[in-house]
Amino acid sequence: MFRNGDFRHLAPRLVAAALVLFAILYVLVISNPPPADGSFGDWRTTTYGSALDDPGSFSLILLDAVTFAGLLFIVASGFSLIFGLMRVVNMAHGSFYLLAGYIAYEVQQRMTGVGGFAIAGTDVSTWEWVLPVLVAAAIVSVVGVVVQQTLLRWNQGQDLRQALLTIAVSVIVADQVIAHFPRSGTDQVGGGNAVSLTWPGWTERRIDLQVWNIDYSLARLVMLALGVFVGIGLWLWLYRTRTGKVIRAGVDDPQMTSALGLNIQKTFAIAFAIGAALAALGAAVGSSQGNVASGQDAQWLLNALVVVIVGGMGSLLGAAAGALLYAIVLTFSAAYLPITSDDCCSQYSIVLTFVLIAIVLAFRPQGLFGRAG
Amino acid sequence: MRLRLDPKGTVERGIGLAVLVVLALGPAIFNEYWVNTILTQMFIFGIAAASLIFLNAYGAMTSLAQTALMGISAYLLGNMVTQGGAGGQSKGLTLGWDPTLALVLALVITTAIGVAFGAVAARSFGIYFLMLTLTYGVIANYFFGQVTQFGGFSPIAGVDQYTPGFVGEIVGHANKLYYIAFGVALVVYAAIRYLIRTPFGLSLQGVRDDPVRMSSLGYNVPLHRALAFGFASFVAALSGILFVWWQGQIAPGNIGLAATIELLVMAVIGGLTKIEGAWVGAFAFIVINNYVRDVELPLVGGSFNTIIGLIFLVIVIVSPDGLMGVWDRLWRSLGGRGGGTPDTASVTRQAAPEASIP
Repeated sequence: MFRNGDFRHLAPRLVAAALVLFAILYVLVISNPPPADGSFGDWRTTTYGSALDDPGSFSLILLDAVTFAGLLFIVASGFSLIFGLMRVVNMAHGSFYLLAGYIAYEVQQRMTGVGGFAIAGTDVSTWEWVLPVLVAAAIVSVVGVVVQQTLLRWNQGQDLRQALLTIAVSVIVADQVIAHFPRSGTDQVGGGNAVSLTWPGWTERRIDLQVWNIDYSLARLVMLALGVFVGIGLWLWLYRTRTGKVIRAGVDDPQMTSALGLNIQKTFAIAFAIGAALAALGAAVGSSQGNVASGQDAQWLLNALVVVIVGGMGSLLGAAAGALLYAIVLTFSAAYLPITSDDCCSQYSIVLTFVLIAIVLAFRPQGLFGRAG
Repeated sequence: MRLRLDPKGTVERGIGLAVLVVLALGPAIFNEYWVNTILTQMFIFGIAAASLIFLNAYGAMTSLAQTALMGISAYLLGNMVTQGGAGGQSKGLTLGWDPTLALVLALVITTAIGVAFGAVAARSFGIYFLMLTLTYGVIANYFFGQVTQFGGFSPIAGVDQYTPGFVGEIVGHANKLYYIAFGVALVVYAAIRYLIRTPFGLSLQGVRDDPVRMSSLGYNVPLHRALAFGFASFVAALSGILFVWWQGQIAPGNIGLAATIELLVMAVIGGLTKIEGAWVGAFAFIVINNYVRDVELPLVGGSFNTIIGLIFLVIVIVSPDGLMGVWDRLWRSLGGRGGGTPDTASVTRQAAPEASIP
């Protein structure tokens, strides 16, 4: 019916490139700070003006983006790992996140003996943060392995059916979490079931970065450090250990790997456990920095999906690149969309997430570092 | 020419005809609650589920964006028809435009958005397509939740008061929306059956089966997929209009992840490979929804969603092709022959080697 044309690659790519260029220039030079008289401006007016007008705020926002990318990477790398090895899109990743956040919160409440929405950081020692995270990671890993062994093991290769099964799991887990959590802590904010894990006390300060007089939150730097740590750990595991070798062999050719006498099923189970544990670690970090509440399963499933769609499924480097790009778009769109009136325009920031996906897919349908064909 | 006996097809046509007659006499047979709540909803969600099944069965595109597209058309209509000021109490833009114009614009804009969605996703296949459309759905949900101009977190209400002249008033006219939804559902069903026989529909099925070969033959694979997605968006948009007329209001919660999954559950219960399954699945889901909503599960607790999740799980494990698949197997086990299932993309299909279209 419709025949191939040549322009169809070029036109969208030119538009995409122009858009990216404009966005970068807008943030760096085009935008202006609001007028001094307090009125609203035109399409060039942003809260802070351009990077040239206010390098301090620009650097802070950039730091916010990079540190948030650490959190995004932790969650999305687990999602990507599971897909990369088993071709399973774990739609329950967001529900695992939710479950882990609440479990970590409960354990921390029991350990510190202080109730309420959030505990003062001074009451929390490092151990009282680490142990809840380990408990949550262990429990969610077990849930993940049970799901994998009972629901996903016998229908390998039927990718749609597996996705549907994990969707069913996500519905059940999310509903059970709402029904049973939080178990302690009666004075939640806002009447919902939002609770917050608390960072250890020593992270509750700002440190001087010695550049443009920036004081930056240590907790956010810890978040980034954890992301980098997970990235390096996963890389070492996948590329420098025997298990990692088996996993990569399994990605390339599961049948041949089994034929060589390697226990690919055990490897699958380990990878699923690690992937679920990464959702748990991400939940702990995310709920320490913000909070955890029902409904965030959708938010974090979206986050994981966007990161891997942009970065490329099953690629460690792709997850890192996707997390960084997505974090930059999210953070900068919240801060650098023009303010032309009381109700414009930062609420449109979500549209830029779609634009990011569209631009990346215009150039690379398989994501930035996804393998073609 | 050889005469082909198709007992299964005959039986199916007989059942279909009987169901249509019962539905046409619906208000005389069923009580008001069944007509105005269960069956009207079945038509509306069935239309949306049909758009999902059409994409899956004939394009191998499992879309999770259909609920969002429903919501987009409902939001567009709500913003364009409702009136602000003294008489109106509605949120949103309250443009107060002519309902007929607004109806047409809502359908056209939603279809255009659908084509754009489809164009972005056109080179993603299989499970990637599912993930991409899921992000559309979640993004649309957050968009309408955040952008206060279009309604924000609370619903746009009273949309059902502003219906076009050729439709007439719906509020207070029992059974009117029932027959409108019935008619639209019939038209959508016929349109899909027609479309898959056209040259476009045939090449779409070629694209479904072997995109690389179709591309080598000179067919523009991404364009076919984008246009099919556009058509499905139009169908979803129709469903969204009927939905907002039926419910009277539209809120972000109507197009959230839970609603997206519910539509998928309907399509899967019905069977992802047959258009008829859309209404079968919608009917089953809505009946379950109505009668199980207040049941508390022993031991585990939780709400209706746990039950729906478990039902979904069992369906996908036992009969991935849904109730329509159950029927096919039932027929075969009774020794019936003929009328094999059409060659459509099944849920149990093995992951195709990732096609890469240059």
